[in-house]
Amino acid sequence: MTTRIDTTFAELARQGRSAFVTFLMAGDPDAKTSLEIIKALPKAGADIIEIGMPFTDPMADGPSIQAAGLRALKGGMTLKKTLEMVRGFRKGNDATPLVLMGYYNPIYIYGVDKFLGDAKAAGVDGLIIVDLPPEEDTELCIPAMKAGLNFIRLATPTTDDKRLPAVLANTSGFVYYVSITGITGSAAADSAAVAQAVARIKRHTKLPVCVGFGIRTPEAARAIAQNANGAVVGSALVDALRSSLDSEGRATARTVAAVTDLVSSLAQGVRGARQAAE
Amino acid sequence: MNQNLPNSFRSGPDEFGHFGIFGGRFVAETLMPLILDLEKAYAEAKADPAFQKEMNGHLKDYVGRPSPLYFAERLTEHLGGAKIYFKREELNHTGSHKVNNVLGQIMLARRMGKKRIIAETGAGQHGVATATLCARFGLECVVYMGAVDVARQQPNVIRMEMLGAKVIPVQSGARTLKDAMNDALRDWVTNVHNTFYCIGTVAGPHPYPAMVRDFQSIIGNETRQQLQEAEGRLPDSLVACIGGGSNAMGLFHPFLDDPSVEIFGVEAAGHGLTQLHAASIAGGRPGVLHGNRTYLLMDEDGQITEAHSISAGLDYPGIGPEHAWLHETGRVKYLSATDDEALAAFQLLSRLEGIIPALEPAHAIAKVMELAPQRPKDHLMVVNLSGRGDKDVPQVGDILKGKKK
Repeated sequence: MTTRIDTTFAELARQGRSAFVTFLMAGDPDAKTSLEIIKALPKAGADIIEIGMPFTDPMADGPSIQAAGLRALKGGMTLKKTLEMVRGFRKGNDATPLVLMGYYNPIYIYGVDKFLGDAKAAGVDGLIIVDLPPEEDTELCIPAMKAGLNFIRLATPTTDDKRLPAVLANTSGFVYYVSITGITGSAAADSAAVAQAVARIKRHTKLPVCVGFGIRTPEAARAIAQNANGAVVGSALVDALRSSLDSEGRATARTVAAVTDLVSSLAQGVRGARQAAE
Repeated sequence: MNQNLPNSFRSGPDEFGHFGIFGGRFVAETLMPLILDLEKAYAEAKADPAFQKEMNGHLKDYVGRPSPLYFAERLTEHLGGAKIYFKREELNHTGSHKVNNVLGQIMLARRMGKKRIIAETGAGQHGVATATLCARFGLECVVYMGAVDVARQQPNVIRMEMLGAKVIPVQSGARTLKDAMNDALRDWVTNVHNTFYCIGTVAGPHPYPAMVRDFQSIIGNETRQQLQEAEGRLPDSLVACIGGGSNAMGLFHPFLDDPSVEIFGVEAAGHGLTQLHAASIAGGRPGVLHGNRTYLLMDEDGQITEAHSISAGLDYPGIGPEHAWLHETGRVKYLSATDDEALAAFQLLSRLEGIIPALEPAHAIAKVMELAPQRPKDHLMVVNLSGRGDKDVPQVGDILKGKKK
């Protein structure tokens, strides 16, 4: 099985650069604006797009992404509508990988098999489910692999060498290294420590390693991208989106550009890493 | 649902933390290594006679155990049916059953070398117990409490602060127990290196549901012995209130394999089951939250809905996974009591027995008021009086004043 994720990393390897991975919440602040933003991301420089599936109780997320999820839910977003959004995106783009990220309960309630079928058909390439560690692989990870979707696992600073093989065993697409022990959008990642961690993971796997949590600026993105196969930015984009909203939390004429402008400058940072590395 | 009844109801969970389809370990990877460490440390402690001996010493001299099993003579007369006994957990140091579990977890934290303790709390009873034992053993204590609960359970907030704990009012979501648990989990993910998460109920990722149950089982074990001494036999029925379900599990578990014992759990029906409530079994379905699969209140998209109960300690949209399993196997019957029923029971018990109960066990008493009259006079019914009502006096006082107007 080859997904758009595999194809993208192969192409980036040929170009000798790292991936810029963006995260935004589906339906933030409303379904229409959210789709418009997602559609504009590849042109602004996103190589891989992660879309958050809103959940009322996002236990690994900080205030920014919690609030984004609640805005989306308030706007009527559901898992079904998130998949509709993916279909909308795929109408104009068949190349950029799309990864859905979130928590297990909405998928469990939707029905695992139905969800995997609908997600694959909509054009989803991979899943990151925060509250499904390898100990719960039979729930979704194994069925997702069978359905032709990458199941992207999180590795963290607490995942030691003894545990890494278990974490990597059923991982595909890429490995998402969580650069800090903490929630999204909190502390800044230390690039030297991250470089060491990425090297450690690469001793155990041939998969690309992307790094996320705590990356907010083009400089930080560049520093991370020098040592990893990709840099993921989420909270900073969600914050840029939020600050473009009106006092009622509605999208304004500036909302799409607020996100794509920041994506462009972060993408520059990631692309700069190639020169820095060479 | 009853086609595969187990040989024993007391053998769970399996090695993956499952009670039937319930339980499990649905947590972020950052926490997973810690949870595996905890499981190992707990298994070792459980098998260590020195750990048990030290714990028994503290339970006797610090907590004040055994708690009495009291024949509630006037309530029995008033209801005119079953002979009612109270397991007096409200007489424990700190005023509820919560201290049994906290003592066990704090001793385990010490054994694991953890110096910082975090906890979530609803009514504040678990927070007070945690703050108390942290003071006793010189540990840093941070308690997450929903901002709504901070307002309605002020006496306990003041107690926790007097004991040296830092109380953090949680502003996210419905600002009650569920949200306090979310923020405690976020703290834990951030401070894994030095922090022990002292969960207050029989929920969360494995091994918490089994571990908390084990620490609370002293309630049922003592009851068994005390009733043997008083009446020379087993009880005919047990009744306890359920939020997450730790006081209930503590009373029930030692009796699960005694088929003659009828067991009733009482959820909080809030304004009524067709309106806002906190009865996960009566009004929810299986889902995944806070590290385990269990019955949850949610909408059709799998979004968790807000619970409501007059009692902050029951105001949670889930229930411990072992209760979910005991419901599906039919071993325990789950009933529910409304805010108004609990308030009536609160007042009745205060006046008939001179015991002001917490609003949580007032829900259990409310169902005793229905169950006891339907049973013969030689029926022995044990109710877990899991906490005392001091913390609720200002809130109930205000409500009753409001009703008179």
